[in-house]
Order: sequence, then structure tokens, then C-alpha cells
Amino acid sequence: MLSMKNVSRIYRTDVVQTHALRNLSLEVEAGEFVALVGPSGSGKTTFLNIAGLLETFDDGSYQLDGRDVAGLNDNDRSRLRNEKIGFIFQSFNLIPELNIADNIDVPLRYRGFAARERKRRVDRVLEVVGLGGRKKHLPSQLSGGQQQRVAIARALAGDPGFLLADEPTGNLDSSTAAGVMELINEIHRNGATIIMVTHDLELAARAERIVRLSDGQVVLLDEGGEGSELENGAAV
Amino acid sequence: MLGYYVRLAAISIRENAVMSLLMITAVAVGIGTCMTIVTVNYIMAKDPIPQKSEVLYAVQLDSWNPNDAFRDDGSPPDQLTYTDALALMDARSAFRQTAMVGTSLIVQPDDPDSKPFQASGRAAYADFFAMFDTPFLFGSGWDADADRRLEQVVVLSREMNDRLFGGENSVGENITLGSYDYRVVGVLDTWQPMPKFYDVTTGPFDKTEDVFVPFSLVASLQLPRNGNTNCWKPVDGDGYEAFLASECIWIQFWAELRNDAEKREYLAFLDNYVNDQKSLGRFARPLNNRVNDVNEWMDVMRVVDSNATMMLPVSIMFLTVCLLNTIGLLLAKFLGKAPEIALRRALGASKRALFVQYLVESGCIGVAGGVVGVVLTWLGLRGIEALFGDLVENLVQLDLVMVTAAVVLAIVSSMAAGLYPTWRACNIEPAAQLKSQ
Repeated sequence: MLSMKNVSRIYRTDVVQTHALRNLSLEVEAGEFVALVGPSGSGKTTFLNIAGLLETFDDGSYQLDGRDVAGLNDNDRSRLRNEKIGFIFQSFNLIPELNIADNIDVPLRYRGFAARERKRRVDRVLEVVGLGGRKKHLPSQLSGGQQQRVAIARALAGDPGFLLADEPTGNLDSSTAAGVMELINEIHRNGATIIMVTHDLELAARAERIVRLSDGQVVLLDEGGEGSELENGAAV
Repeated sequence: MLGYYVRLAAISIRENAVMSLLMITAVAVGIGTCMTIVTVNYIMAKDPIPQKSEVLYAVQLDSWNPNDAFRDDGSPPDQLTYTDALALMDARSAFRQTAMVGTSLIVQPDDPDSKPFQASGRAAYADFFAMFDTPFLFGSGWDADADRRLEQVVVLSREMNDRLFGGENSVGENITLGSYDYRVVGVLDTWQPMPKFYDVTTGPFDKTEDVFVPFSLVASLQLPRNGNTNCWKPVDGDGYEAFLASECIWIQFWAELRNDAEKREYLAFLDNYVNDQKSLGRFARPLNNRVNDVNEWMDVMRVVDSNATMMLPVSIMFLTVCLLNTIGLLLAKFLGKAPEIALRRALGASKRALFVQYLVESGCIGVAGGVVGVVLTWLGLRGIEALFGDLVENLVQLDLVMVTAAVVLAIVSSMAAGLYPTWRACNIEPAAQLKSQ
């Protein structure tokens, strides 16, 4: 699904160069659930941005679903992002002026689906996240957990197959976070490929594989689940 | 997607009501000011009879003072003497021609309870109606025989017919003008060429006349004149006959010349006529006969007021200032939407899609600004009317062309103003925005 080889990303200013990623290589198979952990400044966000085609890289190669993304123009990157990738953000990133259905509708509009198809998809994903009766609500009328469910519904609406989740439970209390994680797990069980950035070791342990980044490089690959190094608090 | 973008624009305008109102106001004030001045210039400068303006010619003969040109630039007088007007009419050298003069007549209503009232009039030849494509509601103009036989016939304006006959077909009815009875032969439909090109010597934006009577009656009934009269030497003798025979100019003369050949022949005829007159001791100045078509005549007579022309660039500069303000406001608004723009990019929007979306929002602000601008234009024109009264009554009309122009100008201006803010907004780096939320 995702194949990065020796990817480097350098941020340059007039006086300083920052190596956000250094020769990072990572393979993620279709249907895998990978947790990405690491301290602040380790390159997790840069990795997500590059993986999500929101940012370009300086060196190396990146293939998404078998397609080399280097050299794609803005239109092609946007189309690929729209069709292949779903984003789940820590702060939900819903558009406050649009109701729930319209928020979920946004990526479907850019996909060019007909109105009937968009409505069918919106209704379906709202049922999946358990918010079927809240279509006309504004984001401000929902709890944090419900807003994150809407964000997940939006990510799922286009059937992207590849989800990038950036601290998806970071703004939620523990019981709500558990519900959201259960939903993400269920999405994974249904076949989605997921890369999740998190600081929460318990959540990371739920992934099939854990990748630790440090100083822009992969320093540890670990199988998730009970008994892993991360589960025991050794790696972060 | 256009409908979707319009809907998003409406939501955005509603959600940022104060800022949106400021932008709409800036556009509206700029458009209102600019369009007020443009409307005045447009009406002053527009072709009043586009279907025939290239074949209708105002005739000028230089019968003026041998020692002093009529105008400093050497151009001949803008009107003719009675003697010359009659001579040109008798020669009938053009396809159609008419001498004419404004007059003023007292209408005596049949109803004894109604008071007499003054009506504006025009004495002209039978060709007048065919030359100027006057629309008829009832009947028609009189014929050339009526001119010759000094028939007391009249064509009424629609307004006058409404007043005297309640809008009914009055052809064949008699009305009393001054001390004489006239038979109604035709009623014009609404007719208001703007400018009133056939006589711009007094008010180029005046209303058309209430009644039209044969020019031949000017002498036989000694009709009063209503217009400019200029004399370069005293009238020899007293009385109306002496005035008619004088070198005073007071008659407008138009000829219909259908092509260049007819125009050349007519100019040659004028030169021959003037040379003949020279042999009789008249026309002491060098040959200086001219014919100008309608639009040339509007230029010669400086129908477009120089102050109005000067105000045009000033008003455009004002609109530019308003648009610069709008650019600033749009920039602030769109950059304030950076998080949403970043999110839309993440969800698959291309830069092009976002560019169109925000340009549509700029256009929607333009539509609102244009509509309010039209109202302000209307108010501006009413203000001019209040200041100058009847002098500009017909000059301050807002027609469909100008309303459309105002809205289109507002949309184009707003979209132009939105280009830079939109471009900036579309080049926001999504990654940084998404993380910072």
C-alpha cells in the first residue's frame, strides 16, 4: 500500500537547515494497522504530511498503492489524495458553518459523485459511526467524541482504503477515546490500511505493528499487541 | 460545482456579516459613484437614432459676418436664415429635407371648464416624420401638399393626445392653437430621442415637443419662435416680414443623404447656392459649407458636457480606491479561512478548485455590491435631478443597459479585486494549518 525508500525532508531557512526526515524507509502492506510513535520533533507529522501527499519530499521515493507520487502535479496529487487517503485529525477539523452531512459531503464533492450517490454514502457512513440522526446538526451541537466520529465518517465516505490518523483521541476523555478506538479497530477489521500517530502507548499497542521515529529516522519496529516493548513502556 | 460554490459563498457571507457588509458597501459606493457619472456621460454621448444616424445631416452655411467668424475655430453658424432655409427647401436637392424651428403655442381646450395652457411646438416640413422615424400611434404626418397649401394641420405627442382626448384616436378632430384651428392628422407614440439631436441649440436633453405643425405656417400665421436667434447685423426695417428677410439665423436644417455620392452632390449644390448668393452680395465669407451626420453634429455642438467628461476619470479613480479597500478586506477574510482551505486541500480539493470557489465568493460580493450600487446610482441621479431640476430630467434616467452594466462592472471589479487574495489563499501550506488547529 505504502512504500517509502530513503525519503528525506529538509526545511531550510536563510540561516538553518532542519532535517525532518533522514533516509526514512517504511513499507506498509494493504490492510495493515501501524502505530507511529516518537517524541516531539521526531518527524511523525512530517511523515504523515508526506504520506498524505500534503507535502513533498527532497530525496528518496514514495509509492502509494503502486503509484510513484514524485513529480505528480497539484491536480494529480489532489485526486490521488481524494481517492486513496482519508484523514482523521486530533482536533477533528470540521467546518463549523456546515452541518454534519455537508461536512461529510466535502470530499465527495471533489470526487465528482452525483447528488444521489453522495447522499447514499453520507447516510451509510453516518450509520457506521452511529450518528444517523444528527445529519442536520452543526459541529458545535455535538460532543467531542461525536465530532471525531463525524471526522471518521468523513474520512470513510469516499472508501479511501488508507487512513492517516493524527492523534485521533488526543482531544477526548478516556471513555470517549476508547469508543473512537473501537471504531477505528472495526474499520481496520473491515480491511482498511491505517497509520496512526499517537503518544498513547496503550492505543499504539492495539496496532499490528508499531514504528518508532527518532530524529527523522525509524529506530524501532515492533509487533503490537500484548507483551510488546511499547506495551511495557520501554520505547517511548 | 458552481451551485455548491455559490452556496458556500452565501454561508461565508452570512457567517462574516460585518466584514461582508463592509466589502459590499465599498463595492456599492464605488459602483454607485462611477455609474452615476457614467450614466450621465452615456446618455449624453449615445447615438439617438442609430438606424439612421449616418444618413441624416445637419446643414451649415457660412452666412455670417465677413469680418468675424461665427466661432473662434472658424466653423460656420449652426442655424440658417429664413431666406436660405426656404431656398434649400425649394431646391429639394436631398432625398429628404426639412427646415424646422421651435415654437410655443397656446392650446385652447374645447372644455369651457379647462383653462388654456402653453404647449411646446415644432414647425417642420412633411419629411420630418419620415426622416426621423417618428413612431405613430394614430394617423400619420401631413404630406408635402399640406406644406404647399399652408394647411393648418397638427401632429400631437402621445402625452398631448392623452391630455386633450383621453388617449382616444383623435385623427380628424380639431384643436385650437393660439387663435387658429388645426386638424389633427396624426398622434405620435412615445418618442424621446436622447439627446434630442434634431435641435440641440437650446436644451439637447429637453423633452420632445407637444405639437408639430407645418413650417409654412411660420410666415403665414407669424408663429412665435422658441429657440436661439443670432444676428450679425441689424434687421433692415420693422415687422415680421423684415425679420424673415434678415440675416438672422434661427432655423435648423436637416437633409437625408443616403450615400457618399448623394453627400458629395449635396455639398456641391450648397457651394453653387452660396456662390449664386455671393453674386447677389450675400455670403461675404469664404466658402465654408458643411454637412455633419448625427454623431458628428453632437460633437460639433459639444453635447457631452466637458465637466461630465472630466468627472469620468475621477469617478473611475474613486472606484479603484474602493476596490483597493475591498482587496484588503478580502485578503483578511480569505487568509482568516486558512484552516478551512487547508482542510479542503487535505480532503482532495485542488488549488484550481479552491481558486474557483473563492473567486465565486468574490463574484457574489460583487453581485450584492452591484445591486446596492444600482440603488446608489439611482439615488445619485435623483440627487443630480434635485440639484439641476428640469434641465437634466431626461439625462438622469437609468435604463436596462446601465443597470446591467453596473452589475456586470461590480462583478468583474470584485472578481478582479479577489484575484490576489484568492491566489494567496490557495497557496497556503495545508500541513502547517492542519497541525496548528
